[in-house]
Amino acid sequence: MNASVDHSTAAEVRSGFDLEPTLHELRHYLPAQAPLKDFIHHNTLHAFQHRKFEEGLRRASAIFGYKVCLSIREYRDLYRKGRIDAQVLRRVIAERKGEGEVELWMRRALQGPYTNAIEPRIGTLRGHWKKDHRIDLDAMVHVNLFRILNSYLDQGISIWHFPVWNKGFLASVRELQRHSLVGLVHGRRAKALLADPSTRVEDLLQLVVGDPALFEQYLFDQQFAHQGWSGLVATIEADPSSLLDRRSITLKELIHLELILEIDALEDHFGPDLHPLAAGLVAKPRPLFDPVPMNEADEVAAIWQEALEWTYYDEVLKGIVQNAARPHPVPGGGAQALFCIDDRECSFRRHIEALDASFETFGTPGFFGVEFYFRPEHGKFNTKVCPAPVTPRYLVKEVGTQGQKDTDMHFTKHTHGLLGGWLITHTLGFWSAFKLFLSIFKPSMSPGTSDSFQHMDQASRLTVECTDPSHREDGLQVGFTVEEMAQRVENVLRSIGLVERFAPVVYVVGHGASSVNNPHYAAYDCGACSGRPGSVNARVFCHMANHAGVRALLRERGIDIPDTTQFMGALHDTTRDEIAFYDEASLSGANVKRHLENEIVMKEALSLNAKERSRRFESVDTAMAPAHVHERVRRRSVSLFEPRPELNHATNALCIVGRRELTKGLFLDRRSFLNSFDADVDPEGRYLLNILNAAAPVCGGINLEYYFSRVDNQKLGAGTKLPHNVMGLVGVANGIEGDLRPGLPSQMIEVHDPVRLLIIVEHDPRVVLETIRKVAATYEWFGNEWVNLVAIHPRDRSLYRFKDGAFLPYHTLHGDIPLVDDILPLLEEASGDHPVRLLTEA
Amino acid sequence: MDHLLPLFVLIPLAGFVISLAIPRRNELALSRTAFLTSGLLLALVLGFTAIWWYAGHAPLNVKELVVYRTPGYEFFLDLYFDKVTAVYLFLGALLSFLITIYSRYYLHREEGFKRFFNTVLLFITGYCLTVISGNLETLFIGWEVLGVTSFLLIAFYRDRYLPVKNAVKVFSIYRIGDIGLILAMWMSHHLWHENITFLKLGNYALVHDELQGHTLVGVFISVMFLIAASAKSAQLPFSSWLPRAMEGPTPSSAIFYGSLSVHMGVFLLLRTYPFWEQQVSVRIAIALLGLATSAMATFTARVQSSVKAQIAYSSIAQIGLIFMEIAAGLHWLALVHVMGNAFLRTYQLLVSPSVVTYLIREQFFHFSPREHTIEDSWPKRLEYSLYVLSLREWNLDALLYRRLWNPLKALGRRLDVMGVRRMLQVFVPLYLVGVVALYRSDLGASWSFRALPVLFALLGCLLMLRAFVERLHVRRALIMIVMGHFWVALAVLFNERTGIEHALLYLSGIVVSGAVGYLAIMRLRRHERKVDLKRFHGHAYEHPRIGLAFLLACLGLAGFPITPTFIGEDLIFAHIHPDQLVLAALVGLSFVVDGLALIRLYARVFLGPHVKTYHEVAYRSS
Repeated sequence: MNASVDHSTAAEVRSGFDLEPTLHELRHYLPAQAPLKDFIHHNTLHAFQHRKFEEGLRRASAIFGYKVCLSIREYRDLYRKGRIDAQVLRRVIAERKGEGEVELWMRRALQGPYTNAIEPRIGTLRGHWKKDHRIDLDAMVHVNLFRILNSYLDQGISIWHFPVWNKGFLASVRELQRHSLVGLVHGRRAKALLADPSTRVEDLLQLVVGDPALFEQYLFDQQFAHQGWSGLVATIEADPSSLLDRRSITLKELIHLELILEIDALEDHFGPDLHPLAAGLVAKPRPLFDPVPMNEADEVAAIWQEALEWTYYDEVLKGIVQNAARPHPVPGGGAQALFCIDDRECSFRRHIEALDASFETFGTPGFFGVEFYFRPEHGKFNTKVCPAPVTPRYLVKEVGTQGQKDTDMHFTKHTHGLLGGWLITHTLGFWSAFKLFLSIFKPSMSPGTSDSFQHMDQASRLTVECTDPSHREDGLQVGFTVEEMAQRVENVLRSIGLVERFAPVVYVVGHGASSVNNPHYAAYDCGACSGRPGSVNARVFCHMANHAGVRALLRERGIDIPDTTQFMGALHDTTRDEIAFYDEASLSGANVKRHLENEIVMKEALSLNAKERSRRFESVDTAMAPAHVHERVRRRSVSLFEPRPELNHATNALCIVGRRELTKGLFLDRRSFLNSFDADVDPEGRYLLNILNAAAPVCGGINLEYYFSRVDNQKLGAGTKLPHNVMGLVGVANGIEGDLRPGLPSQMIEVHDPVRLLIIVEHDPRVVLETIRKVAATYEWFGNEWVNLVAIHPRDRSLYRFKDGAFLPYHTLHGDIPLVDDILPLLEEASGDHPVRLLTEA
Repeated sequence: MDHLLPLFVLIPLAGFVISLAIPRRNELALSRTAFLTSGLLLALVLGFTAIWWYAGHAPLNVKELVVYRTPGYEFFLDLYFDKVTAVYLFLGALLSFLITIYSRYYLHREEGFKRFFNTVLLFITGYCLTVISGNLETLFIGWEVLGVTSFLLIAFYRDRYLPVKNAVKVFSIYRIGDIGLILAMWMSHHLWHENITFLKLGNYALVHDELQGHTLVGVFISVMFLIAASAKSAQLPFSSWLPRAMEGPTPSSAIFYGSLSVHMGVFLLLRTYPFWEQQVSVRIAIALLGLATSAMATFTARVQSSVKAQIAYSSIAQIGLIFMEIAAGLHWLALVHVMGNAFLRTYQLLVSPSVVTYLIREQFFHFSPREHTIEDSWPKRLEYSLYVLSLREWNLDALLYRRLWNPLKALGRRLDVMGVRRMLQVFVPLYLVGVVALYRSDLGASWSFRALPVLFALLGCLLMLRAFVERLHVRRALIMIVMGHFWVALAVLFNERTGIEHALLYLSGIVVSGAVGYLAIMRLRRHERKVDLKRFHGHAYEHPRIGLAFLLACLGLAGFPITPTFIGEDLIFAHIHPDQLVLAALVGLSFVVDGLALIRLYARVFLGPHVKTYHEVAYRSS
């Protein structure tokens, strides 16, 4: 043993193998999805983001075998259907290849014979076990590895937990093996290696692979054979708080154990004399990260993709320019409301404004600039309710709740005991039949439902104000001081350009979602609140903005909020299209009356919104009256058998940062994030920087996660959710012995068009360029084209496209956007994507 | 009332046939057909049972249809209705009614929507036929339908690796159960000298008298029943298939593996109870098996950290208890228990995705760092050992591989030396010699001739084994399977020197199916260069029709009730004498291996991840 250790060390030095950098690289490329309770959208191919979009995708495909765009056949279909415009296609080719080449590349795009078969580099080295030795290592190792991992990480499904848990993963497994009469491994060699704490990963690799020059590639092959579990381990290692019931585990430990299991399997096959893989290798496989040359098929696909995107962008830009040129009456006298920038609020706002022309709406990220941890009453943990990268220093507690949480015997452990189970099957068993009957014919809320309104009790109070900064809980300050509050309120108001003309009632509307039988429920809530409903943030913001001390400070800083103005928190449930208001009792008499009127408008808008959404649901007849449709839509959210309670961010493609008059009265089919911003209030782009720092990763992350889950739902998405099985409350797998499936299930992305996000900023292009250059991480998104960027000049409405580090004038190709009186009849007609439309305004 | 009994099979059958004709994209018509079929069935079950109960609830029996008759042998369909039938029909009709409504929404837009409803309707047909059958032959037809539809439902996501692998695994265990049933039928045929009906089995005096003189025969038949029952109901040593069957859409897992399929073994025991109730040793064996399974499954359920596996093992534990109840003669209790368990597990599986919401919330509000489980107070060595054993599912999954399939495969590989041409050169003349010898009656009954049937059956069996491990040529494997059947037929012919027409009946289906399979592969080869058996090819992605034709051919070759071979199989066994256990075992084994080889052929060529990668292809580990 010792001899081999010395030998391997010498060999490692010669070949330059170093474990730590390899682990670092692995963590970088593995999927970064957190356990189910915290679903945070991100760019699935974040590891390639330091390269240009097209190059990154090409490499990802060649190395890891991902499908990274639609197939040529799909693009050609879209072309035939007119969803890719011939003029745009020609322009894209001309820009890339020059005018002279247009005809040649048009022919290639439309008729070229491209197979698009993908032959990834990953797995070729480790594939030699099967090819040369007929050993199916995956089949022998995975089942055991997955169940050890799952049992160790399990958050509450098993009744009898992993018996050793507080020593770290590998030490726990070692301890289990030592005291058990039945082993996790059987071979003599494997047992000895597991028992010896001084065994190093390098020693194990020496036994399995043999040649240090191949170690890194072997580890990549090995870990990407189950990238779901490996990715989860790497994520938990980086952030142990992503599990409520914490576990210590590292990717290194996982690799260590897996290598021992492999040795065990090899021992079983070869006997005591192992043959390292490298020994039988005739030719070395191609290194994973060698350059990937571009071929004609790649280029044709890239051309098609760009043409698909710009066909859509072009129409939108035309619509915006046309819309901005129309006279818009300045709304006033009515109410104002702040919504999340979320694409799902886009249509709700349009309906409110259409019903009440005096109603003014704004968009800002749904945590409303207040970052903190929230602890519900009786809760044992703090929940982060702000964008994922932010680490708050504040805690807000809920007190004075009423209401009880229901329980459901079907989820309890007693049903799994022998005698308890005997009693329960004879009693509860028949109750189950009845419940099944009810859940099919009369679905209703149940304890298994994820209900956005349950996030916070409507009757509770929140500890928003900090009276004693020295009082800390869990290392956090409880509540905010007046100065801290004023600063946050000012930031939000200035960033959206609401600094004067305050309405008597200003609503601050967070959003959340309700669904049942949905392990991905966290992905449906507000992304800016780390996958939680935004109700607490809305309420906290209103508390701050209503605070007399805060108002005084704001007045000093030039924002004069009249005393008659009151802010009011609310929560919009995007699945059920319902709204709840908070602290209604604090409204003044005059405002109560106004509120009641506004409430009627909002509720009517919600029904219309439900009707608009329903056109994507084939099981709902959109032509029915709004109230009826609304009832059907509500039912979906509590139906066990409904895998699509809502479509979440599907079809998202735009993020518009600017005044509402750019988009008011423009039908964008719920495809746009809308962030209010007024260049006049922020001529230097100070607040714009904050907006783009958030919008690029948050909206861009959502958009790219949808993009990649759509183009390769098998490898980059979670596949269909129908066979999913919940593993340890941390992830989903197919069946009981599959790898975890990160990414989005097919039901979430099937109507999505894989189109990169276009961010449209209403500001002087010079200011925009200066602004995005300030933060390297933000600039990467634009500079490497993972999102597209267009500036629209606030004065003359001219357009500038950002390309290769500079803004160049852009001219639309699309003809005039038609004007329609009412969008609803159009929606009743078809369920496909609708083009941009201008609505006549009252 | 008797004349209404066939309706219980004809209604779902009609639904199945209608559903075949509906276009793939017409979700509404498909789901409506399933809805009406199961709704009608439920109404009939409720109405019929009520009237039957009111009319005095005496068991009904009707000899429906004589399919085949020769002197001394009659193959007929027989229907039977008693309280066990009533409960199982109610359970099946109610759950399939609810699940078809559920699935209409749940499977909306799913690739394979039609395939799903086709398979479900066929499954219901098989289920109804099984529970209403009046003799073992009829039951066996339904039983086979259940096996094949289970295979198709588990492999519903046929373009992924694990569903296909697990479907093959479950099928192979079912196949063992099937052979238990075939051997039970063989021996009971010799015991009663007829295809006895369950009604007659209920005749205490008759059974008692007959078994008096044949104690061993009685035990043999009962053990075969028990093997079939524990394979189907996931009892020891077959338990590990049940959690692995949870590969299809959740509602199909819920209804089939949560409730209907898994309680079929229980049904078989309830149905054959009159036969073994007087054999104390058998009753003790059943109770002990149930007890052992319950203990094993309870511990296994406790350590499972995936929700569906946990429910599966809890269900297995309850079924173990049900086995004990049946052994104790507590039939009503067992029936109530079956219903309760079926409803509970179906519902638990259906709401299983909600477990995340519910338990995370529970954890959030009620978390205490570490709960003490009862096992923590045990000695460490006991605790850890039991934990590891339960975690590894008591090695049950590996057991069948290590003890049964791998040795068979190793044996098959030894035969690898012979090329197909050589094989034809040796086996065809040899076979002809055999046939000629058959008509040389003067060769008489010397001992060497009595050994020949065994030798021939062994040859047949080896050929099937060779086909089972074939890695390259699909058609070669097919030829070997067909040849294997010919040897088996010859073996049985030699045994009695009569029954040439029985053998022809048996071989007719084999020849036709073999030809269809051969042509299907020829057709496939015209489009695809890459067709071998080293890996899964997933050609159903581009050639679903060829795939269907090949599947039908495989089913025909495996004796599925779509060709006369099915009756022939029964006839073949009728020619094996009760004292020829070796011959029966060899023929039985050849049927097992035959089924495995065929399903492997189908799976490797048409299922699994597609060899062509121009579209999205799933990871092997998913």
